[in-house]
Amino acid sequence: MQYSIRKHLVLAAGVMAGMWCAGTALAQTKEILIGAQCDRTGPTQLVGTVFCPAVQDYVNLINAQGGIDGFKIRIDELDNNYQVPPAIEEYERHKQEGMVSTLIWGTPQAEALNPRLEKDHIPGTSPGFGSAAAANGAKYPYLFPVAATYWSQGAAAIKFVKDKLGGDLKGKKIAYMYYDNPAGLEPLPIIKKLQATEGFELRTFAVPAPGVEMSAQVLDITQRYRPDFVIAHLFGRAPSVMIKSMKQSGYPLSKVLGLVWASSEADIAAAGGWAMAQGYNTMQFAGVGEQYPVDQEIIAMYKKDGKPPPAGMKTSVYYNRGILDAALHIEAVRRAMQANGGKPPTGEEVKKGFESIKDFTLGGLVPPLEVTPSDHEGGGWVQIFQVKGDKLVKETEWFHGYRDLVLKTVNAAS
Amino acid sequence: MFYRESGIFKTSYAADMAVLPLPGTRWLLAALAALFIVVAPATLDEYTLSVLNLILIAVVGAIGLNILVGYTDQVSIGHGAFMSVGAYTAANLITRLDAPFWIAVPAGGLMAALIGVVVGIPSLRIKGLYLAISTLAAQLIIEWVINHTAWVSGGTQASIQVPPPSVFGTKLVGAWQIYLFLMFFVVLAIVAAQNLIRSRIGRAFIAIRDQDIAAEIIGIDIFRYKLLAFAISSFYAGVTGVLYTYYLGIANYEQFQLDVSINFLAMVIIGGLGSTLGPIFGAVFVTLLPIVSRRALEFVGGFFVERADLANYVPSLRLAIFGGLIIFFLVVEPEGLNRLWRNIRTWFRAWPFSF
Repeated sequence: MQYSIRKHLVLAAGVMAGMWCAGTALAQTKEILIGAQCDRTGPTQLVGTVFCPAVQDYVNLINAQGGIDGFKIRIDELDNNYQVPPAIEEYERHKQEGMVSTLIWGTPQAEALNPRLEKDHIPGTSPGFGSAAAANGAKYPYLFPVAATYWSQGAAAIKFVKDKLGGDLKGKKIAYMYYDNPAGLEPLPIIKKLQATEGFELRTFAVPAPGVEMSAQVLDITQRYRPDFVIAHLFGRAPSVMIKSMKQSGYPLSKVLGLVWASSEADIAAAGGWAMAQGYNTMQFAGVGEQYPVDQEIIAMYKKDGKPPPAGMKTSVYYNRGILDAALHIEAVRRAMQANGGKPPTGEEVKKGFESIKDFTLGGLVPPLEVTPSDHEGGGWVQIFQVKGDKLVKETEWFHGYRDLVLKTVNAAS
Repeated sequence: MFYRESGIFKTSYAADMAVLPLPGTRWLLAALAALFIVVAPATLDEYTLSVLNLILIAVVGAIGLNILVGYTDQVSIGHGAFMSVGAYTAANLITRLDAPFWIAVPAGGLMAALIGVVVGIPSLRIKGLYLAISTLAAQLIIEWVINHTAWVSGGTQASIQVPPPSVFGTKLVGAWQIYLFLMFFVVLAIVAAQNLIRSRIGRAFIAIRDQDIAAEIIGIDIFRYKLLAFAISSFYAGVTGVLYTYYLGIANYEQFQLDVSINFLAMVIIGGLGSTLGPIFGAVFVTLLPIVSRRALEFVGGFFVERADLANYVPSLRLAIFGGLIIFFLVVEPEGLNRLWRNIRTWFRAWPFSF
């Protein structure tokens, strides 16, 4: 007993010492730190395991090309497990190390970090999630959704459905199927407002967490309600289950539109492969496929090191979103350094950099964003890709729907 | 531990009943208080304080859960939901009525206590795993209700932003200010719990834990005391929720889901059931372990791969280490960290002549 206690004490002391040494490591010059939060292990790991390596790859690519004005970009990725307390700890750690901007991961995390971003003057991005009200740059000065928020997605979905159904929605039936959590509910106010102006019939179908059992809802939709179009706003495993059940009940998937988190190759693979999902429409806020120049450059970079292309690229939907998020940060830093004469930028300068982003499309991977001090969403652009054969084929160019209504709602929100 | 424990003679009943009977303990505690209340906020940087703040909040919740699980032997995996009850009560009071913290904090606690009592009713009929499942149901029901009642949750996003607390007209925004604010409640929580357990109520809880039928026979009203245990424990949980809300500046239901309930249960079990020190150890352990293990991995991993590549390995390895260490500590000492601490103390008490 006594011996073992002594051993334990030594062990504990060793662990503690190791930890604090690690904490104080690394503070090089000629380096710009961007903090990244990520979820490779929590409930959104389906996205995180592809998204986060893409962020790393893009930063490596930029550094391989010489960085920005001779400054290397260091992206420090920490896993927040989709929980709020670790997100706070990681944010403080990055802040202490001197980050100029941060990639946030998760809606509650974005909400919890927002007051800190404002206090510390550090811009953060929440692409495709987070509260839609954050598009309002006047009220959320340091939070940048950059990609289409749930409100823009809802509006774009209705516009797409309208075009599909011949330009008039009067008397048409639309089913809105959603994951029963705040994010799932978020597009509803916009859709309901559009229901009033466009005159379509709307019914909502909630899918309770964890979203793997929805046969009742699917039966209700396909056999009883028989809508002209289905808009599905689902997360995690739910989209694949939805695709499978829709297919099995004989409903044409060409009349189903999945919003941005129900739209990756991984969902289609989990549903049983491409054959199962023929015709399924997916909404995207970044380009899909590996044909974009930046993807090719990353493949070339891997090839030079004698490595096969990154595995995540097979799920190009999430991979390209990772590139989009990282690229916008680096573009913001670049613009900040152009403005301040090539010095390492401050958070405030990077914020200004974000607010000047336009004409930055990476060959079509990024939408024609125009981020301004009042519009932190940059326009709310999306594209629709349809499952045809064994890939996602572009169905529309970048578009946004009912922008006036969305902006009005954003400005009215607190 | 490093002071004399023998030869202290009590000459009055008051001295005999004191919370801290040994002068050495009193001095030690005074030193610790000075360290954590004066020295720490004055010297530590913002990052370290932010970690300490997370620990402080966790301590309040863990102490509260321990009253229920450790002292009364009633399991609850609904404490995450009780925290959300406290959080939303406070958030609504603060945003709608401009309630100051000294109203918001107890109000959040009381509302959680009320809900806790309702959830505790099945405990009169069922025990152990069955009770755990019924509290699990409570967790899911409360989550659903908050999520679907816009009046409570503040709209579809189910999140309410809250301004920082203000004390004597000063808004607490700095890390050290919040630290002291949280520390105040932690001290209150510890003192209250320690005294509660020494009181008639606490003794009744322990009697119920040890053998409920026997307790009933000697005249303890099981109905009343089981519900009281639920109420007190949920009060602590509600206060924890309010403190989270103040600290994060937002009440959001996704912060209080099932995994939070389980985390708190893990704190109490790892720390050691049925003591006040145990849950404190547990809260420190469970909050720090992911941070420490990540730093250790980054440090060790730095020798093998580049720092940028580390991100590919650290998250999953960290989870494995987290789980592994919990098993390790529970195997080494099933009665928790508190028992381990006592063993160390006993060993030192006789050191260097430990025969």
